[in-house]
Amino acid sequence: MSISITFSAHLQRHVAIPAQRIDAATVIEAIDRACAASPTMRNYVLDDQGHIRKHVAVFIDGALLLPRSDVMRPLHDGANVHIIQALTGG
Amino acid sequence: MQTLMFCTRKGLFEFARPAGAWKIIKHHFPGEAVSQFHVDSFSGAWFAAQNLGHFGLKLKKSFDHGATWAEMPCPAFPEKPKTGDWADDPTPWNVGHIWTMADDGRGTLWAGTMPAALFRSTDGGASWQLMEALWLNEKRKSWMGGGNDHPGIHSILIDPRDANVVAVAISCGGLWGTRDGGATWANFGNGMNAVYMPPELAGDPNTQDPHRVDFCKSAPQAWWMQHHFNLYRSVDAGQNWKELPAAQPTSFGFPIVADPTNPLRAWAVPTQADTHRYAIDGAMCVNRTDDGGTTWQTFRDGLPQAHAYHLIYRHNLALASDGKTLAMGSTTGGAWVSEDAGATWITLPVALPLVSAVVWV
Repeated sequence: MSISITFSAHLQRHVAIPAQRIDAATVIEAIDRACAASPTMRNYVLDDQGHIRKHVAVFIDGALLLPRSDVMRPLHDGANVHIIQALTGG
Repeated sequence: MQTLMFCTRKGLFEFARPAGAWKIIKHHFPGEAVSQFHVDSFSGAWFAAQNLGHFGLKLKKSFDHGATWAEMPCPAFPEKPKTGDWADDPTPWNVGHIWTMADDGRGTLWAGTMPAALFRSTDGGASWQLMEALWLNEKRKSWMGGGNDHPGIHSILIDPRDANVVAVAISCGGLWGTRDGGATWANFGNGMNAVYMPPELAGDPNTQDPHRVDFCKSAPQAWWMQHHFNLYRSVDAGQNWKELPAAQPTSFGFPIVADPTNPLRAWAVPTQADTHRYAIDGAMCVNRTDDGGTTWQTFRDGLPQAHAYHLIYRHNLALASDGKTLAMGSTTGGAWVSEDAGATWITLPVALPLVSAVVWV
């Protein structure tokens, strides 16, 4: 599947990573491939166990990925994946 | 020129006194929580450990005194087993933050973390190895979180005579030591009394809550402990502990700092109680013993004495290499320096964010 993936400005503040058009069949595959050129970004998005961090949110075509553990969610061709800092807390 | 680092909730503040008075000369990582700072005595590199909240643990390294920082790999746990003894481990297999760092002067770095695990790096922080024999010890299941959600390692003591002999202190999991560089670990420390536990467990070394442990570098058998209750001293490298006579105004607190050359001298910061974690009646003081803990002098000169609700965390009292200059930072952003071994204090004209560690460079 050809998908596009974008990381928010909050994440770009720490690690520069461009918006990308890549081939990926699942959410985790999209994150792994997108981070291949900027490996440190992976540690900002995923924790030690490879789960999406508690305060990071993944949107697929504008819909929040829930549960966040569903990183094997299939992506359709042309999907738009946005990864942002979840605005938790005050 | 002496340099002093305050790790805070909103960055790493570098102090110096270029014109006689202490002042902030640089604010590293503005807005980002820095949990610990360490200077590798082997390479001279600076390490800053961060907890970015949203994005977790981060570790930065600098070879140019903080002019530039490189992002380093972080200590991390392996995949949590889905079957077997550890599948239902309630402690998360995610490193929250680095609570303490140490090095042996020969190129080996150690990082103690929250939750309580110990990691070693022999390549300058390019990779980290989990001490599995400690992490996968059945007795870990009895550790508790103290004032935090999970137990953590806050003190690392490397024997200056043999770098394979390393001890760690855990709140709450007592003292653990290795004599073979980390391959095997044993719980040790007799004589402590965890009065918060059921009576039959109060003396168990695995139930103790050492708030901070330090030792005299030139007399490495002389150890000091600020325990959750009372102060203790050991003359056999922590194997056996003697409860010290009750200090005034209290024996409760978090930091303990050993003098590097005089095994009879140490500093502590008395705090009201575990139920009231601030300066006693809002009046700050620092205690020093010069006789092995039999008696303590209480110093207040220069410290706020009314409505001062500061708490000095366990890493927030630091002694400079001259053996007489101390620095202290509080949870409410107070910062002080003493240039006479704690007798009098200078208030630094700042209102810092919550201070998590104070380190001399």
